[in-house]
Amino acid sequence: MPEYTLRIRRFDPQSGEAAYWDEHTVDMPETQSVLDALLKVRDDVDGSVGIRCSCQQAICGSCGVRMNGKPGLACNTHLGEAADRGHGTGWNPPEEGQRKTIIDVEPMGNMPVIRDLIVDMDAVHWKKIQRVTPWLINKEPVPEREYIVPHENMVDVTQTMACIQCGACVSDCLSMEIDPLFAGPAALAKAYRFVGDPRDAEHTERLTDLAEDEHGIYDCTHCFNCIDACPKGVDPMSQIMRLRRKAGSDEQIEDRNNGYRHEHAFVQNIRKNGLLHEADLLPDSYGGKFHPRAVPELVGSLPIAAKALARGKMTVKTALLHPHKSSKEVKQIFDDIEGREERIELNLYVTGYEDDPEETEASAHPQSEETT
Amino acid sequence: MLVPSHDVLIIGAGLAGQRAALAAAQTGATVAIISKVHPVRSHSVAAAGGINAALNPEDSWESHAFDTVKGSDYLGDQDAIEIMCREAPDEILWLEHAGVTFYRDETGHLGTRAFGGASAARTYYVADITGHAILHVLYEQLMKHSETVDRYEEWFTTDLLQDDDGRCVGAICRNLRDGHLEVFNAKAVILASGGAGQAYRPTTNGLIVTGDGIAQAYRIGARLMDMEMVQYHPTTLAGNGLLITEGARGEGAWLLNAEGERFMERYAPNKVELASRDVVSRAEQTEINEGRGFPDGTVALDVTKVPRRRTFEALREIVNIGKDFAGVDITREPIHIKPGQHYIMGGVKTDVDGQTTIPGLYAAGEVACVSVHGGNRLGANSLLDTLIFGRRSGEHAAKRAVHQTIPSTPTARITDTEKHIADIIGRDSGGRRVASVKAELGDAMNNHVAVFRDAEGLAKAFEIVRRLKEEATKATVDDRGKIFNQDVLGAIELGYMLDVAEAIVVAAQERKESRGAQFRTDFPERNDGEWLKHVDITMNGADVPKVSYSPVTITRWEPQERTY
Repeated sequence: MPEYTLRIRRFDPQSGEAAYWDEHTVDMPETQSVLDALLKVRDDVDGSVGIRCSCQQAICGSCGVRMNGKPGLACNTHLGEAADRGHGTGWNPPEEGQRKTIIDVEPMGNMPVIRDLIVDMDAVHWKKIQRVTPWLINKEPVPEREYIVPHENMVDVTQTMACIQCGACVSDCLSMEIDPLFAGPAALAKAYRFVGDPRDAEHTERLTDLAEDEHGIYDCTHCFNCIDACPKGVDPMSQIMRLRRKAGSDEQIEDRNNGYRHEHAFVQNIRKNGLLHEADLLPDSYGGKFHPRAVPELVGSLPIAAKALARGKMTVKTALLHPHKSSKEVKQIFDDIEGREERIELNLYVTGYEDDPEETEASAHPQSEETT
Repeated sequence: MLVPSHDVLIIGAGLAGQRAALAAAQTGATVAIISKVHPVRSHSVAAAGGINAALNPEDSWESHAFDTVKGSDYLGDQDAIEIMCREAPDEILWLEHAGVTFYRDETGHLGTRAFGGASAARTYYVADITGHAILHVLYEQLMKHSETVDRYEEWFTTDLLQDDDGRCVGAICRNLRDGHLEVFNAKAVILASGGAGQAYRPTTNGLIVTGDGIAQAYRIGARLMDMEMVQYHPTTLAGNGLLITEGARGEGAWLLNAEGERFMERYAPNKVELASRDVVSRAEQTEINEGRGFPDGTVALDVTKVPRRRTFEALREIVNIGKDFAGVDITREPIHIKPGQHYIMGGVKTDVDGQTTIPGLYAAGEVACVSVHGGNRLGANSLLDTLIFGRRSGEHAAKRAVHQTIPSTPTARITDTEKHIADIIGRDSGGRRVASVKAELGDAMNNHVAVFRDAEGLAKAFEIVRRLKEEATKATVDDRGKIFNQDVLGAIELGYMLDVAEAIVVAAQERKESRGAQFRTDFPERNDGEWLKHVDITMNGADVPKVSYSPVTITRWEPQERTY
C-alpha cells in the first residue's frame, strides 16, 4: 500500500502559539479518502486533530478543507488525487518519476479559523446566506393542493438545491478576497434557487436587490474558482450569470453599479471588434464617451490609463484605433445564439446525458454557456 | 448572566427537531433548538429516496396504513400508524408550500416513484436527495423565523434535568466553540437527536449518530421499546457501508447473485426487489451464506436496467457514490452490495403526541418509538415519521407549556457535569483508545446482532458489551482543551452507544421468535401467541437492563401471514 504523508495545518487558539504543520504518515490505498486518513490519525495517534465530519459520503457538507491548495470535501477526495496535485505553496510538483505522496491539509480560506481545520462558517458563509432572504416568499393565493409548476423548473432549481453548504466555493472566491462584503457564490446560488422557482412571488424584487447591491451579482469576476471548487456540481458562477441575464435581459434592471450596461457594452464591443477593444469598453459601459454619466468615470480612470500607457500595455494608437474587425465566425456565433427562440440554460440534472453511449461520451461534462 | 429559559427546548435539529421547533413556535411558545452540529449537517440530510403519502385520489390512507402494518410484521401500533398515514398528505402539501422542490410529472403536478413494501407508488421525492432537500428547506424556515426560534448550533447536550417530582425541566449543554456549560431551563424538552447507527460497524449512518438521546432518556428512567428491531438496509456498499438508495430498485434496478440469477423472484414472487427491507436483506444474506454470493461477501445491484437518462436525473447521488467510493459506473455495470445497518426501529417509547414515560420529556423521529415501524420500517416512512411526530410533539409540548411556569434549576448543577468532563480529561493514559473500544463494539454488534441472530451469538455480544462498558470508563483522550474538544465528546458518545447497544442485545435475547428485523435462527417462526407484544427496556441501576412488555395496539388489521 502506498505511504502518504499528511501535513495537517494545526492551530489551537488556547496555546498562544502560531499555526504549524503537523506531519503524520499513513499506509492506505490511493482510493481511500483524505478524511479516512485524517480519521485514522485521529483514532490511532492524536485524538485532538480538529475537523468537522459526519456522513462520509459527500452529503452533509461538514468536511470542507483545502487539500494541496484546492478546496473540497475531505471525504470524497481520494488520497491519490490530492497527492497528485503536488503540495506546498503554489504549483510544486515532485520530480519526474517520483511518487507524489505528500498532502497538505489546511482549513478553508476566506473564513476565520476556530481551530485546526475548523473554520467559522457563521461569521461569513451563513451571514451571506441570510443576506439573500433565503426562504420562499409564496405566490398568492397559496393553492389548496400543490402549486402546478413545470417539470423543468423543479429540476432546474434542484441543481442549486443540491448545494450542501460546505463552503468550498466561498473558500476560494477571489472576489470575496478583495471585497469581503461580496455576497459570494454560495449565497447567490441560493438566491437563484428562489428566482428560478415559479412559486416565489418576488423575483423582480430579489433581482433588483441583488443587482443594485454593489456587493451583489455584478461583483463576480468570472474566475471560475467556485465551479472548480464545488463538490456537488452546483456551478455557482453559472447561477450568478443566470441571475444577471434575468436581471439585465429579462427585467431590464439598469442597476446603479452599471453592471448591466457594462455587460451589454462588453457584448457589443466583441460583436463589433471580434476582440475586446478596451478603450471603448469603459465609455460604452456608461452610455458612450459623451454621456454625462461617463465623464466623471472617464476622468476617474485617467490614472489607470496613464499607468497602462507607461507600462506599454496600451499605446495611444491602440487606445484610439482598434485594428481588428469582427470575423465571420464571430458574427455567426452571435447570430446563432441570438437567433434561438429560447435561451438555453444547461442544467446538471437534465442535460448532457443521453441513453446513447456515443453521445454520452461527447457530452459527459455538462457545461453552461459561460464555460464554453 | 441570563440563563436561557424557554417554553420548549428541542434537542437535535434534523427533520424531527426542526419540524417540532416550527410547530411549537407557530403556537406562540418560546422555543430553543440545540444541536451538536449545524442543523443542515444532521443525518436526516442523508435520507435519499423519498417520503410516503397517499395523496393521489386513487390511493388511500388505509392502503398506506395497511402496508405499514404489514411491513412492521404486525408489531406496529395501529392507532399511531393510522394517525401518521392520515396526516401524511397534508404534511406533503405543507412541505411543498414551504418550498421543497418535489419532482413534478409532465403535467406539473407532484409525481411519485415506487418503493419497497408499498402497494401503490406513493413516494414523493426530490431526485435522490429528498432528505437533504427537505432539511435545507426547513432550515430556510428556521432562518425566516429566527425571531421566534432561538438556535444553539454546535452545542452538545450532556444531561437532561429533572425536578424533585421527576419532571424533565431542561438540560445542561456545552458550547463546543468555547467549552462552557450552560443550564437551559424549559417547561418541556423534546428529544429529536436521531438513532444510534454508530454502535454498528459498518453502518450507513454518519459519525454523529451515536444514540445520545436514547441513552440520555434511558438514564433518567424513560422506557425504551422495540430495541431489538434494527434495520439492515438491503443495498449498502461492501467496503464502507455507504447507502445505495432503495429508489434504485424503485426505478427498476435488479438484484442478482453471483450466478446472474434474479434471486428475489424465489423469495418474493410478487414484489421481487420491492419486498420490504427485512425480507430482501434476509434473502441476500441467505444467498451469500449459501455460497451464491461474490467472494467479497456480496450480491449485485444492477442499475443498468434503469434508462441512463433517468438514472442521471433521478439517481444522481448514487452515480457519484459508485464513482467516488467504489470506482464503479453504475450506469454501465452492476455494483456489489450487501445488507448493512441502517436504522433503529426502537427507541424512547412515546404516545402519539410524542410524550415519553417521563413527564415533560418528549421524543420524535428515530430517537423515539411510537411505534409506527414495529419490526420493520418501510422505505420512505422515516421522513414521514420525523415530520408527523415532530410536528405533533412540538404542538403538544407548546400547548402543555401554557399552563406552567418556567422552572429554574440551580446553576450549581453544572458542577457535577464539570467534574464529569474533568474526570474524562484527567484519565491516566493507560486505558484503551476511545476509537478502539468503539470499533470493537461496532464489529461485535455487526457480527452477532445483525440479519440472523441466535442465543449463542447474542450471549457473546452481551459479554463483549458489558466488558466494553467497563473499559470505556477508562478510555483515554488526548485533547485537554476547551475549544472544539471533539475528543471528550467522543468519549461521552461512546458511553451512549454502549448503553443503547446493551438495550438492543438484551431485547434481542428476550424476543424468542422471528419477526421483522429480528430473525432468530433458533426460533425461526413468528409466534403471535406469545410474542405479539413489545419488549420494553428500563434502566435498572448498575445491573442488567430490566425487561417488561407492553401490548400492541390493533385497531382493524388482525395479524396474517406475511408474503410479498
